[in-house]
Amino acid sequence: MEIIRLCVISKGAEAIIFKELWYGIMVVRKVRIPKKYRSPMLDLVLRRQRTSLEAKLLIEAKSLGVPVPTVFEVDLDNTYILMEFIEGMRLRDFIPKMPLDERIKSFTQVGNSVGRLHAHGIVHGDLTTSNMILTSSGNVYLIDFGLGMFSSELEDRGVDIHLMLRALESTHAAYVEECFKAFLKGYESVMGVKETRKILNKVKEIRSRGRYVSERRVR
Amino acid sequence: MIVLGIESTAHTFGVGIADEEGRILANINAIYVPRGGGILPREAARHHFLVADKVLRRALKVANVKLRDLDAIAIALGPGMGPCLRVGALMARALAVKLNRPLVPVNHCVAHIEIARLTTQSQDPLVVYISGGNTIISAFAEGRYRIFGETLDIALGNFLDTLARELGLPQPGVPQVEALASKGTKIIELPYIVKGQDMSFSGLLTAALRKLKEGIRVEDLCLSVVEYAYAMLAEVAERALAHTRKKELVLTGGVARSKRLQEVLRQVAEEHDAVFKVVPDEYAGDNGAMIAWTGVLAFRHGITIPIEKSYVKQRWRLDEVEVPWRS
Repeated sequence: MEIIRLCVISKGAEAIIFKELWYGIMVVRKVRIPKKYRSPMLDLVLRRQRTSLEAKLLIEAKSLGVPVPTVFEVDLDNTYILMEFIEGMRLRDFIPKMPLDERIKSFTQVGNSVGRLHAHGIVHGDLTTSNMILTSSGNVYLIDFGLGMFSSELEDRGVDIHLMLRALESTHAAYVEECFKAFLKGYESVMGVKETRKILNKVKEIRSRGRYVSERRVR
Repeated sequence: MIVLGIESTAHTFGVGIADEEGRILANINAIYVPRGGGILPREAARHHFLVADKVLRRALKVANVKLRDLDAIAIALGPGMGPCLRVGALMARALAVKLNRPLVPVNHCVAHIEIARLTTQSQDPLVVYISGGNTIISAFAEGRYRIFGETLDIALGNFLDTLARELGLPQPGVPQVEALASKGTKIIELPYIVKGQDMSFSGLLTAALRKLKEGIRVEDLCLSVVEYAYAMLAEVAERALAHTRKKELVLTGGVARSKRLQEVLRQVAEEHDAVFKVVPDEYAGDNGAMIAWTGVLAFRHGITIPIEKSYVKQRWRLDEVEVPWRS
């Protein structure tokens, strides 16, 4: 048995993601690459911090029963994480092809997952539909905790939901309402009605805070 | 076609004159410098009132153009500070009435993008627009300049200017802070805040001021602050570049003059096989020429505004503006 690199899944701004066969298991190797545009000192600090944090978030999320990839190995010197490869479709590509009830089911699950994360002091930080993988069993996995953090601040939870809503608005304009409603249903089932309302008010406030936004004029 | 443009959104009162070929015939600007602290809108407006007449005359003289030669008057109606905006708007309306020429509304942020496109000869760039009032990463898509990232609180230029003031440095603060940063040797840990595609600089400012009180070496503080702030910006710009796949990266706005920021963004562009370009210094800060040139583009597409509807718009977002000349 050995490690066989199969392909590059993506070369993002921050990391290169490889698909590998690792002792017979299909895995993802996420390697954070050095950035020439920042000073080497800051660069290494950021890459280490982010690798370590991402691994901790994934492991914690897993322990909460949230569908996320299993972490197999973390290397802070070479700033990579080795984790389970999730076989499935990106929700982003699949949303328009889904029947309504499946869309609702998926987003209710996502809402439930995010609710569980929030309830246990984790925010994902990049809740776009590119970071949600629908498996053949109908489970939606959350991936890429690269911008996540440990926080129970109302503000951070609010930003999380705001980003989720904005991602829906920019990429899935036709389905925003039903998807977000389903999301909130799942979210509320964990966080409760009162807490959810509090967070939604925060989202409203965050949206009105941007510079020169129309919501701000209402005041 | 000759268009005269007036800029008065913040500290600069400027008059520019441009023609249809993209020639800038005049670009005369007077900048209000606060005696201490930040811009006081009413004082800035007073400054604009006092210089408006001189700036206009000088622009006409430099361009060798008579008032009657003008085909339209372009005015930056926003975004910006109300009292300042009203001075320019007042002059623009008066000229339009007196000369019986159409008034062309121009968005200040669109103008920063258009002058950069003109002067760097860019076609379809990802634009990084950094100034005292704005921190925006934008690209053209479906009829408008869409925002792919922005600050959630204070602008990058505002942040560095405020830090400079706290350090007792003269304004504008960015070159001062960078000069000190070049003598720094150590990078300390500060909050690095990127939320999705948006940045936050107010936490960085608070942390920096706290470190200052703790007695950290000023040069190291400046180095750390500049590296953190530019790294945050670079990260967001890089992601926007990867996402939009644009082949040009253009830096515009007052802070475009920063050599370190140019260097950082050039590396970002290189990593993604994009060409990096910077707006020339004279068109980096707020200026009348950019309003005149954007006025030409808009007027060519029949965009005018009746005098009685030409209200200033303090919060006129970049992505609210239709850009028919790019469609």
